Amino acid sequence: MTRNPPLAASTTPVAFDVVRSTVASRAALGVAVALAVLAATLPFWGESSWMREFVEIACYLIFAIMWNLLAGYGGMVSIGQQAFFGFGGYVMLMLGNFAGVNPFIAIPLGALAAAAIAVPVSFVAFRLSGGYFAIGTWVIAEVFRLSFANVSAVGGGSGTTLTALRGIERATRESVTYWMALACVVAAIALVYLFLRSKRGLALLAIRDNEVAAESQGIPVVRMKLAVYVVAAFGAGLAGALYFVGNLRISPDAAFSVNWTAFAIFMVVIGGIGRIEGPLVGALIFWALNKFLSDYGTWYLLGLGLLAIVVTIFFKQGLWGYAQQRWGWSLFPTQRVLADGERVPGR
Amino acid sequence: MIEIFLQGILLGGLYTLFALGQSLMFGVMRLTNTAQGDFIILGAFAVVAGTALAGGAPFAVALAVLPLAFGFGYALQRYVLNGTLGKDPLPSLVVTFGLSIVIQNLLLELFSADPRSIETGGLNTQGLALGESLSLGVLPLVILAIAVAATAGLQWLFARTALGRSFRAVSDDREIAELMGLDAKKVYAFATAIAFVLIAVAGALQGMRTTVSPSDGPLLLLFAFEAVIIGGMGSFWGTLAGAMILGITQQIGFRLDPGWGIWVGHIVFLIVLVLRPQGLFPKTRG
Amino acid sequence: MMSALLEAHGLQAFYGDAQALFGIDLSLAQGELVAIIGANGAGKSTLLKCLTGLVRTPREAVRFKGEAIGGLPPGEIVKRGLAMVPEGRRLFPSLSVEENLLIGGLAGRKGPWNLQRLYGLFPILAEKRHNPGTELSGGQQQMVALGRALMSNPELLLCDELSLGLAPIVIREIYAAMPAITGEGMTVVIVEQDLTMAQRVSQRIYCLQEGRVSLAGRSDALSREQISQAYFGI
Repeated sequence: MTRNPPLAASTTPVAFDVVRSTVASRAALGVAVALAVLAATLPFWGESSWMREFVEIACYLIFAIMWNLLAGYGGMVSIGQQAFFGFGGYVMLMLGNFAGVNPFIAIPLGALAAAAIAVPVSFVAFRLSGGYFAIGTWVIAEVFRLSFANVSAVGGGSGTTLTALRGIERATRESVTYWMALACVVAAIALVYLFLRSKRGLALLAIRDNEVAAESQGIPVVRMKLAVYVVAAFGAGLAGALYFVGNLRISPDAAFSVNWTAFAIFMVVIGGIGRIEGPLVGALIFWALNKFLSDYGTWYLLGLGLLAIVVTIFFKQGLWGYAQQRWGWSLFPTQRVLADGERVPGR
Repeated sequence: MIEIFLQGILLGGLYTLFALGQSLMFGVMRLTNTAQGDFIILGAFAVVAGTALAGGAPFAVALAVLPLAFGFGYALQRYVLNGTLGKDPLPSLVVTFGLSIVIQNLLLELFSADPRSIETGGLNTQGLALGESLSLGVLPLVILAIAVAATAGLQWLFARTALGRSFRAVSDDREIAELMGLDAKKVYAFATAIAFVLIAVAGALQGMRTTVSPSDGPLLLLFAFEAVIIGGMGSFWGTLAGAMILGITQQIGFRLDPGWGIWVGHIVFLIVLVLRPQGLFPKTRG
Repeated sequence: MMSALLEAHGLQAFYGDAQALFGIDLSLAQGELVAIIGANGAGKSTLLKCLTGLVRTPREAVRFKGEAIGGLPPGEIVKRGLAMVPEGRRLFPSLSVEENLLIGGLAGRKGPWNLQRLYGLFPILAEKRHNPGTELSGGQQQMVALGRALMSNPELLLCDELSLGLAPIVIREIYAAMPAITGEGMTVVIVEQDLTMAQRVSQRIYCLQEGRVSLAGRSDALSREQISQAYFGI
C-alpha cells in the first residue's frame, strides 16, 4: 500500500515557515497565565471547601494527563498506573511519618520514588503488549496493593494517618496544599507540553504510528518507551503523594484502586485521546458530572461507563477531538502548521 | 503436600473455565475482554435470579442460560465489539472496561452488594473420600471434568471442523479469508458466542461452588489472564495447564498464610512472564 | 463481437489520498488468457484488488457477466465466480495444505475442480496434504495458492505474480498446469513481471505504467521494443 512519506520538519523547503502557534493559542496562553495567577490568590478570598475540591480535581487531572501521555503518545495503554499513584502516596507518608521529612517536600520525593520503581517494573511489563500489557500492569498494581496491605508498619489492610502534619494550623495546611496542587498542575501540563514539542515528542509520534519504521530510522524505541513510562510514573506518583497530603489518610484499597485509572480513562477518552486538551476537557466534564450526579451512586457510575462506550464507538476522537476536527479548535498546538495553512501530518 | 497439589488441580479446573473464553476471543480476533470476569459474575447472577424465579432447579436454569449467553455474545460482538477491532488496542479495551463498570453497577442496583450463591442441595459440601485422610469435593471434581471436556471440545472444534478452520483463517489473515468468501464479522461473532457459553458455565459453577457478589469480576479476570499467559497463548490445553499451575501456586500460598495466597499466584505469574514470556506451552505459529 | 466476461471502464483507485489508478479500460472475453504487465508500482496488483473487492471502486466501474460489481465485498464477488491467487501466495499458516484448499471451496460453487482433481494436477500436494501450508517450498506453496483459488470453481481466475520469487524451472512447472485450467473454458488473467512467460502463454497483453494502460494488444502482434517502451514509459 503506498503512503505519502511524512514531511520532516528539518527537511522542509525554505519556502515555508513551520509555525507552531496560532493567534488563538497565544491568546489562550495569556488567559491561562492570568487564570493561574488569579487562582493563586484563592486562599485569601475563597472558601476552604473550594480549595479541597481543587486539590482533589488536580490529582485526577494530573493522573489523567500522565495516562494520556502514556497511552495517547507512548502508545502504551495501562490499567495499572495506580501502582505508581499509591506508591508515591505511601513513600510520601513513610518519609513524613518515619523520617521526619516535611510532607510537602515529600511530595516530589514520592514522585521520584515512583519514577525509580517504574524502571524494574518496566522489565516485567514490557514483556507484554497491547491488551495483555494493559491487564499485566493491573496485575502488577495488585501486587503493590497486596504487598502494602501486609506491611503492618503502615497500618496493613486498614491503612494509617499522615501524622507529620499534625502540628500545623488547619488554614495554613489547606492553603499550602492548595498552592502545591496548583504548582503541580502547572508543572505537569508544562512538562508534557514541552516534552511533546521537543524532538523527543516527534520521535514518540513516529513510534506510535509505526514502531518498526521508527526503529529503522534510528529511533531507540525501547529507550523512548521507557522514558515515557518513567515520566508517566513520576506524574502518577506526584498526583498520589499530593492526594494523600490533602486526604491525610491512606489505605491500600484507596491508594491502589483501579478506579483511578478508570476515571483517567473516562476523562481522556471523553475529552480525546492523544490531544493535550483532551484530559483538560475531560476533567472538566468529569468534575461537572461528579458534582451534580455523584449522589446517584451506582447509576452515575453506570452512566459514566455507558458514556465512555458511546464516545469510543461514535466519537473516536473524543468530544474535544471532534471539535478540533469539526471547527479546527486547538489550544495546545503540537501540530505543525505550514505557514500557508496546509497541515502537516502529526497530532 | 499431595493434598495441596490435588486441591490446586481442582481449583485449576475452575480457572480453566474462567480462561477458555478469554483464550478463544484473543486467539481469533486479538480482542482483550477486560469485562471477562464481570460477565462470569453476570452469568452467575442470571442463574441466581432464574433459580429464585423458578423456585429451584439450578442446573436446569443454568442450562437454559446457555443459549441466552450464546445469543448475547453473538450480538455483543456483531453490533458492539466488531466496531472496536483494529490495530489500536484502546477502543476494545475502553469499551470492555466500560462494560465492566456498567455490569458491576447494574448488578449492585439489582441485587445489592450482598454475596449470593446458588443452592445445589448440598452438592457443594459433598466429598469423595480418598484414603483415610483425604477428601475431595464432589462439585470441584465435576467442575474439573467439565473443564477438561470443554478444553477437549474447543480443541476438537478448532482442529477438525469447518467453523474451526474459519476461526483459524480469519485469525491468520482476515483479508484473504474474506477473499475466500468468509464473512469475518460473522465468524468473530460466532467465536464470542461460544466464549460466552463458556463464561455462563463458569459463572454458574462459581455461584454453586461459593458466593458471588457484584464486584468479584476483576479478580476473576486477572486469574483468567494469568492462566492464559502462564500456559502460553494459542493453545487450549496450554491454558488448562496454566490454570492448574496457577491453582497449585495459590494453594501453596494459602497454606503459608491465608493473606498471601493470591499474592503468590501473581508473583509466580510475573516470574513466568520475565523468564518465559511466551508461556510454558505455547503453540508456535507460522 | 463476443460479449465480454469482464469489463472495466474508467477504473480509478485510491489508497487514502494517493491515487493508484487513473482510469483503466479493460475487457476480457470468455476463455481468454490475458497478461497484465508493468513495473513495480504501476498498479497491477491494485487493479486485481479492485476487481475482487479488496479495494473500493464505484459500482459501475467494473462489470462481470453484465452485472455491476464494483465495491462489493470480496465474499460476494467470489460467489459470482471470480477468484484470485494473491500476490505472495498468502497461505493460512495455521492451516494444513488440505485445509487451505478446503477453505477455497467455501463459496460453494459447483464445477469440475475438487480435491481429487487438484491432487491429480499437483501430486506433490497430495503427499504433503497434512503439512502446514507454510512448511512447503515456494513453488509448492504457489501450487496450493493456485489450487485454493481453483477450488471455488471460478469463471475468471486472477493470478497475481505467480512467478514471484521462484526459480525458472519451478515457474515453468506452474505454468505447465495452465492448459489444464484453461482447457475447460476458464478465463485467466495473469499479472507478471516475467515478460517472456507473459508473452508466451497469453493471447492478449495489457501494459500498465503509473496507473494507466500504456499498451494493449495481441501477444503475438507486439514487438519487444513496443513492450519495453510501454513498460518503462519511454
